[in-house]
Formats: sequence, structure tokens, C-alpha cells
Amino acid sequence: MIKIVHYINQFYAGVGGEDKADVGPEKMATIPPISNALKAQFKGEADVVATVYCGDSYFAENTEAALESILAYIEEEKPDLVVTGPAFNAGRYGVAAGNIAAAVTEKLGIKSISGMYIENPGADMFKGKTYIVSTRNSAVGMKDALPLMAKLALKLVKGEEIGSAEEEGYISRGVRVPVWEKERGARRAVNMLLNKLNGEEYITEFPMPMFDKVDPNAAIKDITKAKVALVTSGGIVPKGNPDHIESSSASHYGKYDIDGVSDLTAETFQTAHGGYDPVYANDDADRVLPVDIMRDLEKEGKIGKLHRYYYSTVGNGTSVANSKKYAEEIAKELVADGVDAVILTST
Amino acid sequence: MKLELGLIKIEDIQFASESKIDGTTLFVDKETVKKIVLEDEVLVSCDVDIAKPGESVRITPVKDVIEPRVKVEGTGGVFPGWMHKVDTVGSGRTNVLKGCAVVTAGKVVGFQEGIIDMSGEGAKYTPFSKLNNLVLIIEPDESKDQHTYEKALRLAGLRVATYLGELARELSAKEVKTFESCTIPEGIEKYPGLPRVAYVLMLQSQGLLHDTYVYGVDIKQSLTTMLMPTEIFDGAIISGNCVSACDKNTTFHHQNNPVVEELFAEHGKTINFVGVIITNENVYLADKERSSNWSAKMCKFLGVDGVIISQEGFGNPDTDLIMNCKKIEAEGIKTVIITDEYAGRDGASQSLADADKAADAVVTGGNANVVIKLPKMDKIIGHIEAVDIIAGGWDGSLQEDGSIEAELQVITGATNEMGFNCYSAR
Repeated sequence: MIKIVHYINQFYAGVGGEDKADVGPEKMATIPPISNALKAQFKGEADVVATVYCGDSYFAENTEAALESILAYIEEEKPDLVVTGPAFNAGRYGVAAGNIAAAVTEKLGIKSISGMYIENPGADMFKGKTYIVSTRNSAVGMKDALPLMAKLALKLVKGEEIGSAEEEGYISRGVRVPVWEKERGARRAVNMLLNKLNGEEYITEFPMPMFDKVDPNAAIKDITKAKVALVTSGGIVPKGNPDHIESSSASHYGKYDIDGVSDLTAETFQTAHGGYDPVYANDDADRVLPVDIMRDLEKEGKIGKLHRYYYSTVGNGTSVANSKKYAEEIAKELVADGVDAVILTST
Repeated sequence: MKLELGLIKIEDIQFASESKIDGTTLFVDKETVKKIVLEDEVLVSCDVDIAKPGESVRITPVKDVIEPRVKVEGTGGVFPGWMHKVDTVGSGRTNVLKGCAVVTAGKVVGFQEGIIDMSGEGAKYTPFSKLNNLVLIIEPDESKDQHTYEKALRLAGLRVATYLGELARELSAKEVKTFESCTIPEGIEKYPGLPRVAYVLMLQSQGLLHDTYVYGVDIKQSLTTMLMPTEIFDGAIISGNCVSACDKNTTFHHQNNPVVEELFAEHGKTINFVGVIITNENVYLADKERSSNWSAKMCKFLGVDGVIISQEGFGNPDTDLIMNCKKIEAEGIKTVIITDEYAGRDGASQSLADADKAADAVVTGGNANVVIKLPKMDKIIGHIEAVDIIAGGWDGSLQEDGSIEAELQVITGATNEMGFNCYSAR
């Protein structure tokens, strides 16, 4: 029989409401009514072998310690899957339920699912790390939530193919999954257009993402005293590409010393970028990373100083998530090195 | 304008002392093909090979794929502006060598070419694994720059495809497909109740080896313009691209444009297919603004109700795609866009470089960053060492045992944005 451990908060465990929210983690001797209700949904295919609970405030204030004991309780049972919640729109409960489900999968390698309302802060935090079934915003939604959760749990344990978020009722994990369609893309496009023209329902294959808007920094007060750095996604690297930065979908960036370098030449620098014609960049890499001009400005006193190092990666086909990660690391170093301004060059 | 495509089925290619088509076999005189390639003094060596479906063969670095065709009735000749004068094509009859292609290979840039596997995992993703391919591995005079090499390689492919197409000039096809488009007044009169639909075909034109040509014209130097749909089947558009292999439109894709085929399939039944608007993907902002303004203006001028917009490439062209979509929707015209995605190897990243809420009907050719494993092949046609630097590969992509681990990007045509394939993502 498939073994399930259920995680809930102190309220559903019958310990008490907000006044008991500071109780620590416990494993229950007998499973409470909500776990029995979940068990009933498995229709004999799975058993809820244990229920673990924790006070919502306790978990929020002692997250690391609480997580450690909860994971230990869970591990003792060697379950096939862990269900947490449903937490509906209870914020602390949702964060705990998401966190525990994610940790169970990440640290114990055990499958997990949770359930909560889409606006619960725990949903956004953990939707990519576990399956979170979308529920209503209060316990009124319990009777709809439990069957969906049980169904998805069984599918996961049995290793069956998990359908899209819409089909299965979980909150979109924000992860794009490859699929093979029956019809080619052009046919699907024509069908979609016909539906759109006729006012019938159509489902886009890619919902548009929300974009980050970055506010520009305040202007530099005195650029003639500023330390300026060069950072590029144009792939300019020392000749031979010593860090093997990929021509597309770069997995890393490089940091290069340009102390004493006043001109990038065909003998010393090149581009690693695979998204544009490299002839002119290889001929004179200053065209992408203007070290020569920066040295002139330095000499003329128009800028304070050119930073000793420049950073470079390849923007071509590189995911936004990776770009963001590189930028965070680079920005930290630039700030630590006292850089006042950065010129970002692309291609 | 009415065009008949006579499909001459080719199920095998063999080398022989004389080039000809006998039954469903294409016999090719290798020496003549080499001579045709080397007519261009820029090119110094040419090897000719054959790759058939199911064989343990890997072709790389692939530049272009071309379908041999010959115009047997009607004005003009295939690949107008290159192999023939610029007479308007798209009417009469054209014979097509169906089931084969000319594949040009060579290290033009090194990282902007692709892979075609004829069997195994990689074969699933490329439509060209299903064809009998005549592969030309062409090396230039080393003193020549990449632009000169690209042009020479491009034209050599067209010359060989035209030569093979000529072999079908006197043949009569067993299967004939007919495509007929009408003028604006004819369409209005014949199909008064049907929604008017156009196709906005975006052509890669970032320049510097990212170019597409229409009747010999470099499209980056053109304003947005129109073609009758059947002109495309006669090679009015050819690829001059060296760009990521997965989502560039090869000449073969243009000759067999699936959106045009599918719109023709509905023409007169559920829609009135009005025509094809071709627009470029230049790099300057003013060009992007102007070209997308013109796309929207032409859609409005034609009085269409809906359009399908297909993209080529990714990143920079995402902005052209979204501008076209946004501006056409703003005219009250319904759009569906076809694109592909760069969502990271784990699929968790944002897929496009630009977005807008107007783009609410999207068809996707899949995530090009997905990592795939390609088994070792018994035979390599071309230069396998390019795999480590090809767009989508990395240092170590080519494993010691001859297998390859790389992103889907490396496969020619894998995430095509004309909707050529069934591969997608959710």
C-alpha cells in the first residue's frame, strides 16, 4: 500500500487556534479528522500512515529548527509521498506547507504536494519546487481540494505522466515542459486564429510573462571623479576564450584584467558570441567593448578611472534567470570594488 | 494566380555516371555536381555525399537545405533573381523533387551552423532526417572572408538544386497539388461571408550573415511589401542565414512554407486567404518601428480580419514580433503569433525577450534550451569538431565516445517558427 504522511497546522490538528500558534512540531498518535478525510479520497489505494503538525507562528519564527524536526518525523515513516495542507489563504500556514513540501522533495528525495489559494504567499514562493493544488481562499473549498490533491498524489507516486496545470488543477509551476503535438504548429496557428475570429475559446500555448521594470539610478554627480567599469553581453574575451564561454546560452561569465591595456587588437581579444557576425568584433574588439575610448577619456580627465576588470558573457540564447544571476554576482563585486558607474554594452 | 506543383517522388539517391531520375531514384553524377560547385573561383574544394533516412549518419555544420524544383509552365524560373531573371513566378506548373534535398555544409562561421542526424534521438527533431539528402561539403579559398564564403556557398547550393530540378523538366507528375489565390475584388466577390486573412511572414535580416533575399533583393534594404502566396513555392525567398540552427528558416522551409499551405487549405472554406506580407527584422530601432508600422498599415489597407505572424530567430527579433502583433491588434485585427522559446535548460526562465498583453494567442515551437543527448553515429559528413562551439553546444558537448550532449538549438529546424513541426512546450 502507498504510504502518505500528512502535514497540517495546529488548528487542523485540533490543538487550538491562534492562541496555540506557538506550539512546536509533533507527530500525532492517531490521525485527526482532516487526515481521515484525505485518506478516504485515496479509496484504499493509499494510507495516511502519520500526521505531523506545527504551530504556524512557531514555524515562522523557528523555521530552520522546526523544519529539521518535521523532516525527521517524516523520514521515520519512509512515506512514498507527503501531502501538506490545504492551507487555503492562511499566509503563515501556506508558507510552512510550501516550505515543508519543497524540503521533503529537495532534502529527502520524497515526492510531495501541497494545496492553497493562488494568492497565498506560499504559492508564489514554492510553486516551482512542489505541486501546489489550487484551492479556494477558505476552508469552504475543502471538499473540492481533497479529491484533486489525492488524485494528483496517486499519479505522482505511480509515476504517471502529469498533465498541464490546467488539466490537473495545480498552480502553474512556471516551468516550460516539452510536448509533442498531434498537429504541426502552422495547423495549430490556423485553428487558433479561426477560433479567435469566430469568438470561440482558444488557449494560448505560451501565456505572456510579466517583465521586470528597472528604474534607472540617479545620475552621477561628477563623472570626472567616477570609477567606471565596462560590462558586456557581447562576448568579448581574451584571445582563445580561456573560460570557454559558450557561443549561445552561456553557463557562466568571465572577469578579465585590463590593467595597462589601452587597445583591444585582433591578436589579443575576440568574441565568443554566436548570435552575430563575428568578423568585425574579432578584427577590433573595441567595437563592442570600447576600452580604447575609455582610456582616452581617462587621459583627458573626462572620467576618473576605468575599472581594472571588465566582465563579459554571451547574451545570445542565455536565459533571463541566468542573466539575472550573473548580474547579481557582478554587481556585488563592482560595489565592493568601489565602482561608481557601469557602461553596459550589448550587440 | 494559379500554381500547380507536380510532385515527383524521390525515394532514393545514388551516384552514377549520368544524372537522371529513373522511377523514384535520383541518380547523381558526382563529378558534374562538383564542377557546378567549383564554377565559383572562391570555392576551392567540394565533396559530395549522400545521407538517407535511418542511416547512422550525422551531417554538420549544416548551412542550408534546398529542395530541387523546376518551372515547367508559366513565367519565370525557380529562385528568381539568382538562377533566373526576375520575372514574376508563382503561376503555371512547377515540378518538385519530393523526398530529397540539397544540404550545404561548411564552417562559414563555426558556431552558426547546425546538425542533421539521420537516425536516433536527433532525427526526431529535424524534418530533414526524413529526406534523401545530397550533401555538399564545400571549402573556400582561405584568403576569402566569411561574407564572401557565405555568398559562394549559398549560390552553389542554389546552382546544384537547380541542376537537379532540371532533371524533372520532362517528367509528368503522378500527384499534382493546385494552389490558387485571387485578386482583392475576386476574393470579395467569391467569398463575401468569409473572414479575410493575411499572413505576415517575418524574415531574418539582422545583417552580417543574418540575411534573407527576395527575388535577389536583400530584404533588410526593403520596406515591408507583399507577395502572392504561390510565388514562395517557386523560390521567391531564399535563406542567406548563418544563425542558430533550430529556428532559422532554411530555403527548404520557405519553399514549403507550412503557414501558406495551411491557409490555402482553408481558403474558400473558412477564410479568404488574401496574401502574404513580408517584413524584415532589422536591428535599428527606427527600422523596427517603420517595418512594423508598415505591416500594420498593409493589414489595415487590405481590410483583413485576422493574421498569422511567423517569426525567424530569437532575442532581437522578439521585439519585431511583439511590435507587429501589438500594432496589428491595435487596428482591431486578430492575430496569432508563432515563435519559439529560450526558457533555460530547466524551462524555468522567461521565454521571450519581449512581451505584450496583445499577444494572447501564441503557438510555440518549443524550448530551444532543452538539453538533448545524441548517440554516436557511424559516419560523420562534415566537421564534427564544430560541435563544441556551435550555438547550443559547450566545451565538452562532443563526448569522448562520439556522442553529443547539447541544447536542442544545435539541430537544424528543430524549433521552427513557421510551425513546421509538432514539437512544442507548455
